[in-house]
Amino acid sequence: MAKSNKPIVWGLFAAGGTVCAFVIPVMILITGVLLPLGLFGPPEASYESMTRIVSNPVVKIVLFGILFLALWHAAHRLRITVHDFGIRNDQLVARAVYGFAGLFSLIALVTLLSF
Amino acid sequence: MSQRQITFEILRYDPETETEPRFQAYCVPCEEEWVVLDALNYIKDTLDGTLNYRWSCHMAVCGSCGMMINGEPMLSCKAFIRDLPAGTIKVEPLYHFPIERDLVVVLDDFMDKLESVKPYVIPKKQRPIEDGPYKQTPKQLHQYQQYSMCINCLLCYAACPQYGLTPEFIGPAALALTHRYNLDSRDKGRRQRQEVVATHEGVWECSFVGACSEVCPKDVDPAGAIQQMKIASTADWYLEHLMPWRRS
Repeated sequence: MAKSNKPIVWGLFAAGGTVCAFVIPVMILITGVLLPLGLFGPPEASYESMTRIVSNPVVKIVLFGILFLALWHAAHRLRITVHDFGIRNDQLVARAVYGFAGLFSLIALVTLLSF
Repeated sequence: MSQRQITFEILRYDPETETEPRFQAYCVPCEEEWVVLDALNYIKDTLDGTLNYRWSCHMAVCGSCGMMINGEPMLSCKAFIRDLPAGTIKVEPLYHFPIERDLVVVLDDFMDKLESVKPYVIPKKQRPIEDGPYKQTPKQLHQYQQYSMCINCLLCYAACPQYGLTPEFIGPAALALTHRYNLDSRDKGRRQRQEVVATHEGVWECSFVGACSEVCPKDVDPAGAIQQMKIASTADWYLEHLMPWRRS
């Protein structure tokens, strides 16, 4: 029996799981709750300050990492869920969900670079 | 002590003479403190001596009386009748295994898989007896103790949907025991076991449903063991592919 290459997809999935558990809730708290409540100054002015933060190359790299890993995690989770529901066309499902994660990662990358 | 009449619907099957399994009902006067195994023993002793099932210790140690009770894999010696919902109790052999006779299943597949992961201490170098025992600190014992509690009852295989779908999967108990030896400070056999663990049929067939750990009567947590081995196997994979010179 040959060793599996599954670690490629699973390693990213595991990293994405960690990101989703620890980082995403904080991001939702900051951008979805604290910011609209005005904790970082008046909400009207926040777009300006946010774009300034995102224009920093280090922030861009970090944000892309978070978004890519979270998308990959969601894709792999969906692949397994589909399998658990009894749909056996794994190769097709894998291409579809990873393709989706790849596409949206690309959109995230283009968007981040536009700032 | 109160007694209750309870109907047991028990799967009967003799593959040598019957074409398919059937259910047979038995009405058993059950005592308050009885477990399902007591009811089976009552049936065997007083109602129908032809009923076949495995049991030995009656105290959740031997691991031989695992069966499906109302569709859940349980040790029949640990399944108190008073804890089950009122009404008929359905007893079937463990799912996902071929039936040998009635509630007795064929264990060959599991035994072969267990053997394939070398479930014994493989020392770096065999020491002569004169050198004395291999010593271990309480901390080193604690590393693997939980996984050493497995009694091979196979409830986890009956609960695992992946094993049901893909019979080639090495499965929860064998992998938990693999982990047990990998974590043992006296053992240096991990690389040999990885030849099985790191394949598709090894840890990667597991989709972390977690049913194995839920049904385990000894709290072994095979699902946790498999996830830990997935992390270690992933680290191995990256080291092997990104730093091929590291390997001998």
